[in-house]
Amino acid sequence: MSQMPQQTAPARCPSCDEPLESGDRFCGACGHDLSAAPAGPDASGDTPTLTMEGAARPEPGPGAGDTVHLAVGAEPGGGSPSVPRPAPAEAHGEVHARGTGGVRLDRPRPTDRPEHAEAAMHERHDGPTDRADDAAGEPDEYPLAPPEPRAATAPPAGDPWARGPQPGTPAAGSGVCVACRAGTVDSDGYCENCGHAQPRERDHMERDLGPVAAVTDRGLRHHRNEDAFAVLTAPLPDGAPPAVLALVCDGVSSATRPDDASLAAAETAGTSLSGALLRGTHPQAAMHDAILTAARAVTALAEEPETAQEHTPHQNAPACTFVGAVVTQGLLVIGWVGDSRAYWIPADRSVPPVRLTEDDSWAAQMVAAGLMSEAEAYADERAHAITGWLGADAYELEPHTAAFKPDRPGVVVVCTDGLWNYAESAEELAALLPPDAAARPLHAAQVLVGHALDGGGHDNVTVAVVPFPVPPEGAGSA
Amino acid sequence: MAIFSKPTVPRFAVDVYQNEYLPEGGREVNAVVTVSATGGGTIGGAVGAPHLYSPGRGPAAAVALMVDCSGSMDYPPTKMRNAREATAAAVDTLRDGVHFAVIGGTHVAKEVYPGAGRLAVASEATRAAATYALRRLSAGGGTAIGTWLRLADRLLSSADVTIRHGILLTDGRNEHETPEALRSALDGCAGRFTCDARGVGTDWEVKEVTQIASALLGTADIVADPAGLAADFTAMMETAMGKEVADVALRLWTPVGTTVRFVKQVAPSVEDLTDRRSEAGPRTGDYPTGSWGDESRDYHVCLEVPPAGIGQEMLAARVSLVVPPPGGGSAENLGAQGLVRAVWTDDVAASTRINPQVAHYTGQAELAHVIQEGLDLRKAGDLDGATAKLGRAVQLAGVSGNADTAKLLAKVVDVVDAAAGTVRLKAKVEEADEMTLETRSTKTVRVKK
Repeated sequence: MSQMPQQTAPARCPSCDEPLESGDRFCGACGHDLSAAPAGPDASGDTPTLTMEGAARPEPGPGAGDTVHLAVGAEPGGGSPSVPRPAPAEAHGEVHARGTGGVRLDRPRPTDRPEHAEAAMHERHDGPTDRADDAAGEPDEYPLAPPEPRAATAPPAGDPWARGPQPGTPAAGSGVCVACRAGTVDSDGYCENCGHAQPRERDHMERDLGPVAAVTDRGLRHHRNEDAFAVLTAPLPDGAPPAVLALVCDGVSSATRPDDASLAAAETAGTSLSGALLRGTHPQAAMHDAILTAARAVTALAEEPETAQEHTPHQNAPACTFVGAVVTQGLLVIGWVGDSRAYWIPADRSVPPVRLTEDDSWAAQMVAAGLMSEAEAYADERAHAITGWLGADAYELEPHTAAFKPDRPGVVVVCTDGLWNYAESAEELAALLPPDAAARPLHAAQVLVGHALDGGGHDNVTVAVVPFPVPPEGAGSA
Repeated sequence: MAIFSKPTVPRFAVDVYQNEYLPEGGREVNAVVTVSATGGGTIGGAVGAPHLYSPGRGPAAAVALMVDCSGSMDYPPTKMRNAREATAAAVDTLRDGVHFAVIGGTHVAKEVYPGAGRLAVASEATRAAATYALRRLSAGGGTAIGTWLRLADRLLSSADVTIRHGILLTDGRNEHETPEALRSALDGCAGRFTCDARGVGTDWEVKEVTQIASALLGTADIVADPAGLAADFTAMMETAMGKEVADVALRLWTPVGTTVRFVKQVAPSVEDLTDRRSEAGPRTGDYPTGSWGDESRDYHVCLEVPPAGIGQEMLAARVSLVVPPPGGGSAENLGAQGLVRAVWTDDVAASTRINPQVAHYTGQAELAHVIQEGLDLRKAGDLDGATAKLGRAVQLAGVSGNADTAKLLAKVVDVVDAAAGTVRLKAKVEEADEMTLETRSTKTVRVKK
């Protein structure tokens, strides 16, 4: 995968072949949504899903001794649990992740940001107030509303990237309603004419750090985005290239303030992980601690008073799932609680991809206990009931962590069920993943999110794409 | 006396209880809005001792006491005596500095104290003088309540005060003026002062008394035994003395395309405010709530919104509290607001859930309605219809834990099975019991926590 066929934007629309310009999100001729560009080459969809029964390891190993080896022929390690063996060894395809190389589907922004930038939600992707300078004529990303009248949009005061004091604060206080285009937006984020809620900062966000990228979207059926992610690079003490972190959390809708829970978990875990890694903690131990720290952050939310307008039917404490990946030059560490997942997709698509996580869910338990087949279990309406989560109501938090030493390059896809509902098996996911995912992780994440939206977007969808191994320092931050 | 550390103007808070989730195509949004006023100078009816305030502590207030002096008040003569004593007790509860007057009501209204179209200012001396004047009250004449109210309005408006309140006592039907005359008097007084109304004995008309209290945003009750008047009058006056801010309106903003189906006060009693809306700007209307002390009331707001697709969210209403100025102009905002939202979802579990507060008050409003209907049918001789309605009332009172209403119902019907709503009409019902049930049918209880 050393070649990078499309260094910038796809030259032509995949639908009508119209030449495109860099930065286009939709084709100017036919309106084709470029973020939902067709995936790469098809892979065999018949291969049964490989699950990793041994991957769930409640006790984190502080050393590399617990490392799971993802392929035959990798360096021997002690006590590897049963791991599906990917296909026979082959040529190592070296990954060059030089430059983001992705189609910048969002507005241009500075790319030379600090290596240790806490990514997450700190920048808005989209919003009705700060886009007066965008190219005219492109439809708004917000799925519910017609294109906003840019001419009437007031430019924002101050730094357009600054985020409000509250996570998920609607783009409010100025501008014209995206729904009726007649009213102005009040301080609560609703139109003073038609009452419609305005697009919120978290409805759709993208983040590209070069060696890792993530995209989250509200989806088409939910009124707010309760997913959150954090992607960041974390310096290591020994001067090695920084580790790359991707953390994804899915707020539990049946609890209060799920959006706050997921954001708190993602941000807290990111801070905890990067701090621990800088101190030289083994990534797997760091991941274990990060999950516990994130759990405490979510639990603490339950003690905060609710806002007056948030009288949700249930009074369940805020809760969310967690899945995170740490990639260093030689190691891949996964941690999770709940039903958000991580997949390993080798760059060489002839090698079977693998799901790296085992859901804490009713369906997974049924399958694990041998009570139902996977198909039966996932068809059941209880399939998505999770049995593990972060939050005050969790019975007994059992952070799962696993370490892998992949013997070949590939990408880790970290995602919420909003994606894997539309591509459950690793093979299905691999078939969707563009072949240049390692080189253009943002584009790959966009494609996967687009797949979920095309499939109906029934849930919030969040995808982070992390190439392995982490590209050499300096690369990737074009 | 920790009470003095409180600020004298209450702070309002608005809490909205609703299930904001609607199914696809859903249009009806229900919410219970709890409005609480706290931090005022008083704690409402719980004020123990009279004369708690030095002049100037409480807001400037004026109270008019309207005492029925019609001929029937002498049958039995204890009625007039009790009314006199009750009025004296109420006067004794007036805090210093409050303006007041006593009106004797017959087919005309007479100023008993202080007279000459003025209001007295409460003090040791004026309270004693008023009590002395009450001894001259005697029964004789007819009943024209509209004239009493108009005189009270004239007197109350002569003082520059914040709180204007009336207390009206009657023992008979409003026989010496037309219902239209009373209606027109009420329309003229509405919004100018608030008024509690009491019926003593059993010869008065429940609907007349409740109509007065409803129009003038006060309470209505029965005092079947005249001996209970003094305690009731004292309590009413204490509540009146506890009022801190008058003419508060519930302001409802709704977006384009959204209609208000109803706005009801549902606690402490059911009062439909839907038709009392006054427009207050684009898509904004004010519903009168009268004056407030330290207290909390619940309102049920029902809205019809334009349908929207799954995943959409809109603001269906913004609820705030304002004091509209009498002559128009911009209202004083009391600094509290609540949002009623609508969110369309395909999650059936979410959209079919009924908010417990909404369910509770829907039941309480139905309870008041079926009691009213049941008693009307009983009077009209439709015993089967009355049995069905009152059976339903027994069932609703049981489910919602409205024990007071359940007790009152049990005096009118024999309860066979409360859960199933099976009842038999009692063959003989005390008139006082039936009137008590009818008068208090709108009293509600709050959701059990």
